[in-house]
Amino acid sequence: MFRIRLPGIAPLMLLASALAMGLLIIMPLAVVFSEAFAKGLSTYLGAFNDPDLWAAIKLTLLVAAISVPLNAVFGVAAAWTIAKFEFRGKSLLLAIIDLPFSMSPVVSGLVWVLLFGAQGWFGQFLIDHDIKIIFDVSGIVLATITVTLPFVARELIPLMQDQGSDEEAAAVTLGAGGFTIFRQITLPNIRWALLYGVLLCNARAMGEFGAVSVVSGKIRGLTNTLPLQIEALYNDYDFVGAFAAASLLASLGLVTLILKTGLEWRFSSELSHARKR
Amino acid sequence: MTAQAWPIERPAPRVSRWREPSILPGFPLAMGVTLAYVGVIVILPLTALALRPWELGLGGIWRSLTEERVLDALKLSFGISALAALINAPLGLLIAWTLVRYEFPGRRILDALVDLPFALPTAVAGIALTALYAPTGPLGAFAAKFGIKTAYTPLGIFIALLFIGLPFVVRQVQPMLIDFDQEVEEAARTLGASPFQRFYKVMLPAIAPALLSGVGLAFARAVGEYGSVIFIAGNMPYKSEIAPLIVVIRLEQFDYAGAAAVGMAMIVISFGSLLLINTLQMALGTRRQA
Repeated sequence: MFRIRLPGIAPLMLLASALAMGLLIIMPLAVVFSEAFAKGLSTYLGAFNDPDLWAAIKLTLLVAAISVPLNAVFGVAAAWTIAKFEFRGKSLLLAIIDLPFSMSPVVSGLVWVLLFGAQGWFGQFLIDHDIKIIFDVSGIVLATITVTLPFVARELIPLMQDQGSDEEAAAVTLGAGGFTIFRQITLPNIRWALLYGVLLCNARAMGEFGAVSVVSGKIRGLTNTLPLQIEALYNDYDFVGAFAAASLLASLGLVTLILKTGLEWRFSSELSHARKR
Repeated sequence: MTAQAWPIERPAPRVSRWREPSILPGFPLAMGVTLAYVGVIVILPLTALALRPWELGLGGIWRSLTEERVLDALKLSFGISALAALINAPLGLLIAWTLVRYEFPGRRILDALVDLPFALPTAVAGIALTALYAPTGPLGAFAAKFGIKTAYTPLGIFIALLFIGLPFVVRQVQPMLIDFDQEVEEAARTLGASPFQRFYKVMLPAIAPALLSGVGLAFARAVGEYGSVIFIAGNMPYKSEIAPLIVVIRLEQFDYAGAAAVGMAMIVISFGSLLLINTLQMALGTRRQA
């Protein structure tokens, strides 16, 4: 690839791109921090003196700590199934794994209410047995898992398909067991891609709003995740509080972006996502 | 089931009609985990979504979807999503082109920042865009000078959807621009094609399928988008209420069947549009080969 320089049009294109990126992407990011610090550092720090905010942070970490590992294990299993074996219905399975990407987050939450809400399919059963899912942590976890299900699988499948199974097949003929093969051969081959997928999955899990807002019930200090707490503060006209909380999530997004870009630069041949570039 | 001693002593694999034989282990376990997981997390909940509206009966579903407020929300969601995705096509192409073709300081940072809408939680994007475009915000105040109201109008929704869809187009087009055979462009130049002709007749047909799929992905995402839109939309019934909000409102009224009907309608229309785009893409692809 070589880059051409067209004296006439290049500065124009650069200017237009910079303008578009600045208005659409950089300014929204900058405004989060400028609003958070609008009334000075002490007001910003004061916003963190709120036990409900801390409860929301803890809940967000808890939900991510449950849903991300589950989706990572699923992603590896799905990628092993799809990349290493030939079977009928593979493209259907792939389409099903992709489904959550094309569903509205609100619908990803709604489906769980239809199952476990008071008037859901299993609603009466849950009431009889005194189990709470909707308006409770377990519902938030389920909704988060649904939204973030494809991230790891989607990253691993193309990579493992590219890598083929020659190395694993060789190990089989040498007498290695399934777990040994996975740990010694497959895992080292996919580790950076796995990390990449987990990174994106985690960012989405911690930042999910729509799906979680449908199932959480939004009880402050109990079922408000960090994004929901931001909404609550914002609706109270506590803008410094809302943007202070948002600055945490924006930092998470920035860190994710930096790590993701670092992985792409350093290990591009070991990532399926970056390969295409 | 267990992984004892299969490598060498293992009997010849059974001939299965639906799976090709392989010497690799772990298929039953991996397939079992995969199917159980998507069964519980995707299939079962979506079955509930598909079946729930029918308790209203066909007529009931129709009435529930053709309520004026619902129709207005569906029209608004799909209309503005389509518009934002279409505007993102030239915008995304412009940014991808700049990133691929020019070398300038900060290029890699700008490249990384394109993915910010993916990485920034939607609620954060939502309140940030609102703060920018509200009448008191810097950009909102600027627009107000020209008598344009942005936040709390459909224009605000459009801006949020532009934000959310941009990376889809850039990331689809970028690899095609990188892979594009420069010799073809050179050949066109030596044959006397003007820059405009080279872009329009040589470049654009080559990247059109990628551009189209980027637009399709941006559209699909925009239709369901909630967090980044809901703060800036104003949420006025009939005017600036998006379809996902109707789902939320109906759930709050415990109208599960009505909420499911709208959710189902959104999925059906989205899939129909994506199918249309795929067909268009295939038509473009075959025309190029011919």
